[in-house]
Amino acid sequence: MANSILFEIAKTHLWARKKQSSIAALGVTFGIGTFIILVSFMTGLNGLLDGLILNRTPHIRIYNEVEVSKEQPIEQSRDYKNSMNVIHSIKPKKSQASILNNKGIINALKADIRVKGVTPQVSTRVFYQSGSVLLNGNLIGIDVIEETRLYNFQQYIVNGSPLELKSTDNGVILGIGIAQKLSLNKGDYVPMVTPSGGIVRLKIVGFFQSGLADIDKLQSYTNIKTAQKVAGETSNYITDISVKLFDIEQAKPMTDEIIHNNNINAVDIKTANAQFETGTSIRNLITYAVSITLLIVAGFGIYNILNMMIYEKMNDIAILKATGYSGGDVMRIFIYEALLIGIVGGSLGLLLGFGVSYIISISPFETQAIPTVKTFPVNFDGLYYIIGAVFAVITTFFAGFLPARKASKIDPVEILRGQ
Amino acid sequence: MNPLIKVSNVNKHFHDPVDIQVLKNISLEMNQGEFVSIMGKSGCGKSTLLYILSTMDTDYTGEIYLNNELLSGLTPNELAVVRNEHIGFVFQFHYLLPEFSVLENVMMPALKLGKKSREEIEHDAIQKLRLLDIMDQSLKMASQISGGQKQRVAIARALINNPSIIMGDEPTGNLDSKNAQLVFDIFKQLTTEFNTSLLIVTHDPDFASKTDRIIEMADGEIVSKKRG
Ligand SMILES: Nc1ncnc2c1ncn2[C@@H]1O[C@H](COP(=O)(O)OP(=O)(O)O)[C@@H](O)[C@H]1O
Ligand SMILES: [Mg+2]
Repeated sequence: MANSILFEIAKTHLWARKKQSSIAALGVTFGIGTFIILVSFMTGLNGLLDGLILNRTPHIRIYNEVEVSKEQPIEQSRDYKNSMNVIHSIKPKKSQASILNNKGIINALKADIRVKGVTPQVSTRVFYQSGSVLLNGNLIGIDVIEETRLYNFQQYIVNGSPLELKSTDNGVILGIGIAQKLSLNKGDYVPMVTPSGGIVRLKIVGFFQSGLADIDKLQSYTNIKTAQKVAGETSNYITDISVKLFDIEQAKPMTDEIIHNNNINAVDIKTANAQFETGTSIRNLITYAVSITLLIVAGFGIYNILNMMIYEKMNDIAILKATGYSGGDVMRIFIYEALLIGIVGGSLGLLLGFGVSYIISISPFETQAIPTVKTFPVNFDGLYYIIGAVFAVITTFFAGFLPARKASKIDPVEILRGQ
Repeated sequence: MNPLIKVSNVNKHFHDPVDIQVLKNISLEMNQGEFVSIMGKSGCGKSTLLYILSTMDTDYTGEIYLNNELLSGLTPNELAVVRNEHIGFVFQFHYLLPEFSVLENVMMPALKLGKKSREEIEHDAIQKLRLLDIMDQSLKMASQISGGQKQRVAIARALINNPSIIMGDEPTGNLDSKNAQLVFDIFKQLTTEFNTSLLIVTHDPDFASKTDRIIEMADGEIVSKKRG
């Protein structure tokens, strides 16, 4: 009862000053709207970029790095067992890049219930040849069907399909950067110089466009057999094993397990892409910093109108107090005013934010980097709308608090005497 | 019979800009249903006394009882409750809330008291407005009626919670003689018909002479309490 009259007074005060109240509310609308737009767009972008990485990157990559032996032959000699041996310029032995016992590792992983899929790869260095020009590059033999299932390989192929790679023996999906440099078309044969110095010709069945220019001008794909042939190796030759898990959080512990069990190199996705999380958190930081700044500005707007209102309403406050309204009642009136501005402005802000986000989400956005994306990425997560609403209420409450407390302390006698 | 109001040894100083004593050993009593006027030269402390009696000013020494309850020393919130329920106040300037209707202005103290439903309060307010013969203005905005009408609305508002006493600080001071007479007649009717107690500061000797009792003040002291 008593509270509802306070609310009514608050409403009437604001209603009598439609213009000022609207401007104060619009400040909040703008702040909250901007927050929603920014956060929806930024997290949408984060999602897209994360998806890009997560879709394409194996959770665990197992490889065999060429490195010098940790134990040099001299240390195995009994004669020098107790001496301190200093060796300069150690070179690695021409050891195989192939993962030893790769069949065993693959089978063990395939049997693991945490694993969604395992794909072997053969990576070999080549030079793409065009007349006298030699371009340095990388040819990767893959299991096309599995790569498509696990890493959406087909999304990055333009003018071709993964199946053609499987059906064509000497087919290659050429990095689009290489194709442009050497002006090659689909169906052309591209000569490559193999590591052993021979030349093979592979038929272009499509182009590969990852969106990362550095990759697109180096990398091409073929099937595993062809890659082994180009590398001059047998069918045991596997340079990388990619593992995709059901739960990405298992990547790190499993990687440690693999390294420990097989005495081999392996890296998990988080370690390999640490810089990505930094990008995400910086985008979040910007979003919140800009939004909070706008809300503080809106808060000053509310503070301002309430201060003005209190100045204009001195008489009313004195009358209310003279007729038995307490300081707390007066305070509540002005807090309600602030909250009303905040709730109305904030709700409009949420609507505005949703509207603009929606428009952004249907606006065309075409980029070379991500050929499958046609519109801007926008995240419509309801959580951000809740955060926005809470923001609006908290800011306006604090903006209203000081003026309201000032109003509650007004001495009616001073005002009544003043006349 | 116990007095409605008992004031004993009230003293008040202002400290700014220099220390001056504006009320000196004020003691008085007032009974239920009495119509008392306070007179005295401008600046003698009449308003100051009234603000203290109405519980709005708590910066004094001495004791004030209302219906045998000691008011001195209560917290501001407790005093707000006392003011709301037991004291009606009418100012020289007809203070109404300009953005509310006449009817809503009258209802305001009762809505705060919260003892009755909104419908009952509205019913009471209409009754008070009828009593003061301004029911025809009830739906107008408070800012849209004349000075004399405003003062009658303010009296209706002071009456809404059926207070023990109505205090007025020169309530007719700003009215023409016709409206002043009207307000006096209303006060008189309140005491005779409803046994309402009235304590009214006035400069108008005619007005004062028609009240039950005149309290004469000079320089912060009561100099006489004569029958009217
Ligand atoms: N806030 C104040 N500070 C200092 N002196 C004041 C203040 N208010 C009133 N006074 C002084 O107190 C005295 C009594 O004032 P007041 O009660 O308003 O007189 P009255 O109502 O009888 O004309 C006056 O001399 C006035 O100047
Ligand atoms: Mg005065």
